[in-house]
Amino acid sequence: MSADLIASRQAEVIDEFSLFEDWMDKYEHLIELGKDVPAIDDARKTDDHLIKGCQSRVWLAADETEEGTVRFTADSDAIITKGLVGLMVRVLSGAQARAIAEADLHFLDAIGLHQHLSPTRSNGLASMVKQMRLYAAALAARQA
Amino acid sequence: MASLTLPQRIRKEFPILQREVHGKPLVYLDNAASAQKPLAVIEGQREYLSNYHANIHRGAHHLAQLATEAYEGARTKIADHIGAASTDEIIFTGGSTDAINLVAQAWGRANLQEGDVVLVTQMEHHANIVPWQMVCSEKGSRLEAVNVHEDGTLDMADFAAQLERHRPKLVGVVHASNTLGTINPVADLCAQARAAGAVTLVDGSQALPHLGIDVQEIGCDFYVATGHKAYGPTGIGFLYGRREMLEAMPPWRGGGEMIKRVSFEGTTYNELPHKFEAGTPHISGGIALGIALDWMNGIGTAEISAHETALVQHAHSALNTLSGLRIVGTAPQKVGVVSLVVEGLHPYDLGTLLDGQGFAVRTGHHCTEPLMDHLGLESGTLRMSFAAYTTREEIDRAVIALDRAISMLR
Repeated sequence: MSADLIASRQAEVIDEFSLFEDWMDKYEHLIELGKDVPAIDDARKTDDHLIKGCQSRVWLAADETEEGTVRFTADSDAIITKGLVGLMVRVLSGAQARAIAEADLHFLDAIGLHQHLSPTRSNGLASMVKQMRLYAAALAARQA
Repeated sequence: MASLTLPQRIRKEFPILQREVHGKPLVYLDNAASAQKPLAVIEGQREYLSNYHANIHRGAHHLAQLATEAYEGARTKIADHIGAASTDEIIFTGGSTDAINLVAQAWGRANLQEGDVVLVTQMEHHANIVPWQMVCSEKGSRLEAVNVHEDGTLDMADFAAQLERHRPKLVGVVHASNTLGTINPVADLCAQARAAGAVTLVDGSQALPHLGIDVQEIGCDFYVATGHKAYGPTGIGFLYGRREMLEAMPPWRGGGEMIKRVSFEGTTYNELPHKFEAGTPHISGGIALGIALDWMNGIGTAEISAHETALVQHAHSALNTLSGLRIVGTAPQKVGVVSLVVEGLHPYDLGTLLDGQGFAVRTGHHCTEPLMDHLGLESGTLRMSFAAYTTREEIDRAVIALDRAISMLR
């Protein structure tokens, strides 16, 4: 059920990005998306929630909802990174922990932004995805 | 007939400059990180690997002799290029970082004692900081740093004061800053350091591709540089050391090549420069570095310097037309490096949007985190850096692209 949710959200993002042929248009959209990321509480923007990329910083918090799903909130000091973070949150937030831990995340590839997951991009996104999965896996283990 | 500009004459020698990135023509402005290679260097390496590859300094056969001659010939070219008194004073290394580690480990471990000070500047690359921290922590010595002014020049008064106060055992200073472009008055600094009894090391990583270098005029004990920023291959560089210094230093790495005779009772070490060159070296890299220096000298470092100085001036005035933009590092003497920040915007965002338009620039702290902290630039800078093949038109296009990026982000 939750795996379907993640899959359908990925399909939605891929569909949305297919409108943009030009690289710069894609980034313009990403910048817009960055403005709507569910914001992490300022009080939680501490080192505990900081994901260290080399250049841009990302803060991420994960909470278990009453329905037993995972809710992510985040922020970044770089706008494009924030847009990418926003995409991740949009695809994964609200899904079941197990589904997040096991999700097949292919949408960045499909929309031509996979290079941002490479560690050389130093934007912390790869570490963030890892952190999201780790949190979900830990929660799934507790729920089991 | 109007004479051709330097880039017009040489750009065709750089195959990579013909390629596209994201469907746009590549504009390569990340030369301070690594320069592109001319055909002479590419072909020279291919020629060695195709025609005369063999291990050097041993074997009586023909190929070994050809390879040895070419490799040792490159050492001579380096010695000539930087005005060393002898080829014995040129040690091949993996690069500048490797060369500084060699000095820190061989000279530092033998000479630094508890309470001693190593003095560097706040504009050093991590490569001229961390190797000293490592040996200092082992020896109970201390690392101190000379202040850098807001405009990116070195605080000469603080330099003199710290020499006096700490009486450092070694002074390490960058010839030209990779982040700010500042060219330091290394001859003056070395003279003052020497008068205060310090050994001197100059990091010439950014100077080699841009400036004429004469180590005897500079008067340093050690000078290090890397090949790949000077149109040569990666993985090769050199340490220049004054003969007396190198003679007195114990070897660092042990192995083949660096020995005279080995037995289980004891080993005697080889003569200079081989004493510091354990193992089979990067032969093709060394040969190609020699070719890169030949290529630069074919143009002349004076012409390359003049070209890049003109580019920096042009870039400064073109960039200053963009609102909210501030150039970081405005020293009067600069190599082809322009660092900048734009108010309220993250360098990473700007760099990403420049990449999308085909421009290769660098963003972040450029391996000079202490300098960024000192200047209060937590997210670093965006850096454009130039080479002999960079054109004014490329800089103009970069300014337009940057303007577009800024409006997208605002």
